[in-house]
Amino acid sequence: MTIKEKQDELIDTFSLFDEWTDKYEHIIQMGKDLPLIDARYKTDDRLIRGCQSRVWLHADWKDGKLYFTADSDAVITKGLVSMVVDVLSGQTPAAIAAADIYFIDAIGLRNHLSLTRSNGLLSMLKQIKAYALAYQAKEKQ
Amino acid sequence: MTGSDLHTALSPLDIEKIRLDFPILQTRVHGKPLVYFDNAATTQKPIEVIACLDKYYTEYNSNVHRGVHYLSQRATEAYELSRKKLAAYIHASHDHELIFTKGTTNAINLVSNSFGRAFLTAGDEVMISAMEHHSNIVPWQLICEEKGASLKVVPINDKGELDMEAFDQLLTPKVKIVAITYVSNSLGTVNPISTIVQKAHAFGIPVLVDGAQAVQHMPINVQVLDIDFLAFSAHKMYGPTGIGVLYGKEKWLNQMPPFEGGGDMIKTVTFSKTTFNELPFKFEAGTPDISGAIALGAAVDYINGIGIENIAQAEEQLVGYAYERLAAIDGLRFIGEAAHRAGAISFLVKDIHPYDMGELLDQQGIAVRTGHHCTQPLMDLFGIPGTVRASFAFYNTMAEVDQLVAGIEKAAKMLA
Repeated sequence: MTIKEKQDELIDTFSLFDEWTDKYEHIIQMGKDLPLIDARYKTDDRLIRGCQSRVWLHADWKDGKLYFTADSDAVITKGLVSMVVDVLSGQTPAAIAAADIYFIDAIGLRNHLSLTRSNGLLSMLKQIKAYALAYQAKEKQ
Repeated sequence: MTGSDLHTALSPLDIEKIRLDFPILQTRVHGKPLVYFDNAATTQKPIEVIACLDKYYTEYNSNVHRGVHYLSQRATEAYELSRKKLAAYIHASHDHELIFTKGTTNAINLVSNSFGRAFLTAGDEVMISAMEHHSNIVPWQLICEEKGASLKVVPINDKGELDMEAFDQLLTPKVKIVAITYVSNSLGTVNPISTIVQKAHAFGIPVLVDGAQAVQHMPINVQVLDIDFLAFSAHKMYGPTGIGVLYGKEKWLNQMPPFEGGGDMIKTVTFSKTTFNELPFKFEAGTPDISGAIALGAAVDYINGIGIENIAQAEEQLVGYAYERLAAIDGLRFIGEAAHRAGAISFLVKDIHPYDMGELLDQQGIAVRTGHHCTQPLMDLFGIPGTVRASFAFYNTMAEVDQLVAGIEKAAKMLA
């Protein structure tokens, strides 16, 4: 699936939830499905600093594609991270670098991209794009 | 409602009337009625304060202390009347002992810079406590580093109370100033300021009190307490943001050099020498937040109309009720269990991250603060990344506390 298809799929799923509780229970569940970062990569240099919850992110390079693993100490953040990883993992650096990430807004979680939320989601997206650009440059060499 | 309605403590009916004075309390969040328990971050504003800002800009906006014209005189009178109201509110001896600042942080920076330049030298010490807000830590670190002085930190016990034995040991003639909070913003602890001042004064050491979490909760008499400096913010006492107060005893303020240079703080300026204006203007460089200062006066009027003693009593009941109800929640533990407390209650539930709890409470229309509350060293002491903090004002109700408790239980269930 393309990044766009993955996002549209998530948007479809979330459109089924009328109650905030259902939405958040799904986010929490997605957190449990997050491909967990290997303990040896859970180091400070892979820490994406948000003000309140911590997120660790690691990128693996395989057959021209990037695969992400991650973790967070907050359950809801972990769910959000899981969604981002689900959307972007297994894509080429070029596709990731060019990706327009619109699903967060579309499923009514835009406040998670605001500076006040400080859960590192914005910094995480930036970091993923930075990985993509770095591998893109590497490929060209 | 006005003070004449209130001769005794606030009844639930009074609180319902008071709530109508705060338009924002009618707001709905995510389709639910707002339950605002983030009062330690900022309080909401009564209509009188909002109307005061509007009236200033509509009817008499003008610069102060400058013009001879009608509007300028009217603005100046209102600005100075506000200073008088604040002086009376904290029982200062003189109006000119009150300096308008941008807020508590700015007031503490004024003292750390100005007092520090005049009185700190290498080898001296500044005493603070382990429960200070970053705004009463960092300004002192900066000046200590500049002067070669050092910071001494009074530890706390596991209940979140000051260790007064350690205080006695650390208090030596090397200490040039004690800077301490009256009420902890993250633990709710009320510190024994009177005792602290007496002990410090025995060595001739002045005391700066961070009153940001105190002035809105209890009556304060700077003369009775004999406080040398008191810093506080308007926006935490029902006034607007961007304005606050430094109270300083005349004898100290007169010995301190200006903090910032500019207009209004000078007497005469030539390129070779400038002489400075007298108090309070020496410390108020540039055009101040005129509307903010006047609206702060309106906030003081509002508080006086209800009576700070009535507010203190109502809040004591409310915080006591909240403490009792929260204590009954399965797996909840308090961070900070001081015997004497006000304003805020910090807690954690099981191993739930404060951010997760805050997020799910928000979805239920309940506003709390989560995180380290700008007291990182304190969180480190407790070995936690942060807490969930519910902080109260007299306009909050017992029914809202019940909603908070139900909200926490619901969130805990979802996160289990």
